[in-house]
This record gives sequence, structure tokens and C-alpha cells, in this order.
Amino acid sequence: MMAQENLNDTSSASAAATPRKLKVATVSLAGCFGCHMSFLDIDERILPLLELVEFDRSPITDIKHCGPCDIGLIEGGVCNAENVHVLREFRANCKVLIALGACAVNGGLPAQRNHLELADILQMVYRTGHGLAVGSAIPNDPELPLPLNQVHPVHEVVKIDYFLPGCPPSGDAIWAFLTQHIEGKDPALGHGLLHYD
Amino acid sequence: MNDSFLLDGEEIPFTPGQTVMQAAASAGKYIPHLCWHPDFAAHGSCKLCTVKIGGRFATACTVRASAGQEVENRTEELDAKRRTLLQLLFVEGNHFCPSCEKSGDCALQATAYEMGMLTPHFDHFYPDRPVDASHPDVLLEFNRCIMCELCVRASREVDGKDVFALAGRGTKSHLIVNSETGRLADTDFASTDRAAEVCPVGVILKKRVGFAVPIGARTYDLNPISAVGTKREPQAAPLANDAHEKEAG
Repeated sequence: MMAQENLNDTSSASAAATPRKLKVATVSLAGCFGCHMSFLDIDERILPLLELVEFDRSPITDIKHCGPCDIGLIEGGVCNAENVHVLREFRANCKVLIALGACAVNGGLPAQRNHLELADILQMVYRTGHGLAVGSAIPNDPELPLPLNQVHPVHEVVKIDYFLPGCPPSGDAIWAFLTQHIEGKDPALGHGLLHYD
Repeated sequence: MNDSFLLDGEEIPFTPGQTVMQAAASAGKYIPHLCWHPDFAAHGSCKLCTVKIGGRFATACTVRASAGQEVENRTEELDAKRRTLLQLLFVEGNHFCPSCEKSGDCALQATAYEMGMLTPHFDHFYPDRPVDASHPDVLLEFNRCIMCELCVRASREVDGKDVFALAGRGTKSHLIVNSETGRLADTDFASTDRAAEVCPVGVILKKRVGFAVPIGARTYDLNPISAVGTKREPQAAPLANDAHEKEAG
């Protein structure tokens, strides 16, 4: 695997003997895409990263289904039936699955509905709440995935190999985590990079 | 030296009657803890301070220091057990750090950082614990309670008010307020009480000062809890709040 110095230096990374690029897929389930935005906060470091990885399914590529991958990054928890299918697709295709950010790790903000009854929430939001248009109804288009009774962290649905908490994890934390992982180390975040907020 | 013991191989002096925790804290050594506080009698409930003394597990906050003890503290074995205890605390309550105004000043969070906890690991309980916002100056956010009883002890022993208590058993244990209605507004609790500033997590929150210090610039954002130790607990939080209250007043 490449040494970290190489990751920080585009010229030597491209000059070095290039092993097969790692395939990376990313997705946002019940998340806000904040973790993906934070991923882009690695800024120009995405160039040396692209010497080592190529993206499969991801909002970055707009590929809709993932094939066999080395790394899957999951943002967001699991709040509906589609999330479950997508998460299982990732687990089936990715050698290593990483829970990225607070919502994937513990359900996060969407999970704060968990102590309420789903039916009550839908009634309140679409039927009895304030400022609703006349005739408002609970959406029932068959294309809409059904919400789950509770929002779950991803590790309650499939096996997760690594966890990177934070709301969002900083670009530096994501960079440190990914580079250590690509180097074959067990990623370790020290003080300052490990955050739950 | 007679009155000393070894903490992770380092000699720690003590005065007779001190616990291992008190002696370590006096020497500036960090033994992880949540329910222990230097100003209060040991509680021994959170078990985070579990160390090995002569190869046997013991809570550092309850065991008297004695000459020649060999105490293991920050070993991978013990920190792994502490990580598990923390994970259990995290899934028992509703600990959503991004929306908690105590984030960065929270001993539970900082201790979990120190132990390198990356995931709560277990299935979440997501308990239903309504907040009590009845008091004009203080909010009670029960979702984050770890039942350390520091507020119970502070209210009883320092404030002489007996505002808080634990009720229920096992997983049904929870913090209650001693008033007929169960609401904080119906007690003589005041934001100047010791119990108002002793909470290590984000349960007892003074209103209108929550973000006086921005996230990212808070106690444990700047330094890990192992470096801050017990220094902050008696002074730092109330000082910051008092300064803000003067400004606001």
C-alpha cells in the first residue's frame, strides 16, 4: 500500500508503481449529505486520493447501483425500507463498510423521532399541524419508500467494520481515517479529530 | 517511602485515609471517572474508575490507598472495559451530541473520546424521557442522565434542599424531582445552587447561556479530559456562566 507521504504528494504518488485502484462507493441514507460535503472538505487532497481510489456508486458519480467495491462509506441512519435495501446492497458488495458520521453511528437527528409513534407524527405533519394546505393528506404514492417505525444506526441492520463519528466528521478526520485505512492500518483518531458533535 | 503506591509504575504519594482516586487526583494523575467528584463522598456506581490492584479489579474511588499497592490504570484491558461501560451508558439514554448544548463540556463525551469510543456498539434503547422546562432559569433534559447522583448529593449535602432523587430499579431507574407535581418549578431549586452546576452531562442546564462559548472552543475541545482532569469541575463552568449572566444582566 502507498505510504502517507505519497498521498500528500501528487507527483510521487503518480510516479510510484501503481497498484490497482481501490473502488469506493458512498451513499447518504437518512442523512443530510453534510458528511459528503465534509468529505469534499479534504479539498485538493482529493487529487492524490484519486490516484489511489476510483468511485463506484456515489452522489459524486451519480452511478445508481454499486458493483464489487473495496470500501463503502455510509452516511445517515436507516429510516425507511429503501435505506434497508441500499444498505444491504452495500454490505453485499463492499469488502469494508464504514459508518460515516453521527447519523450512521447512532441514528442522529432523525432518530430523535424514535420515542414518538410514527402514525402520530404523520398525522401531525400532514393532517393536523399548522399551516397546511386544504386537502393535505399523508403521502401514499407507491414509489415512496415506507418509513420504518424507528430510525436505526446502520450497525443495527448490517455488520459495520469501522465507525467515523462526527456531525459531520471534519474533512481532516475523514482524510486521516481513509489514508490510514488505505495504508492498511487500523484507523485511529486522536484528540481533536474524534468528535461526536 | 512508606506512604506511596505505584500507579501504572509511577510512584504516587498519599496521606492516610485517602482513596486511590483522591491520591491520584492530588498528584495530577487521571483515573477515568464519571460519578466521582473531589468535593463529594465516593459513590462507586459508574465503575469507570475500575483499576486493578494487585491483579484484582477495584473501584479507585472507594479503595483506600495503602503503601506498596501496585495499581494498573490505563491498560488496554481496563480501557476496553471502560469503553464498554460507556457504550452501555450511551445506548441507555438519548445522547445526541450534535444537538446538546453541553457538547464539548460533557464529561461523558470527553471520557468516551479519551477511551477512543467510535460507536455505541449495542442496540439503542431510545427511551422516552420528556424534558422539564418548567423552571424559569434551569432546564432538565432527562434524556442525557447517567444517574451519577451528583445533583442528588449536591442538593442534599450542600444546598440542603433535597431536590433530586433516583427512583425505579434496574433499567427503569431514573432521576426524579421531589415535588408533588414532579416539576422543578415547584421546588425551591435555584440556578445558584451547587446542584445546578455539578451535572457532568447535559441534564441540568442553565437557560440562556447554552452557547456563550461556541462549540469547538469548549473545555474538552481544547484539551482531552485526561489533561483537564478534575481541575475544571469545581470552577470553570460556573465562572463562565457568571460572567455571561453579568453581561446579560
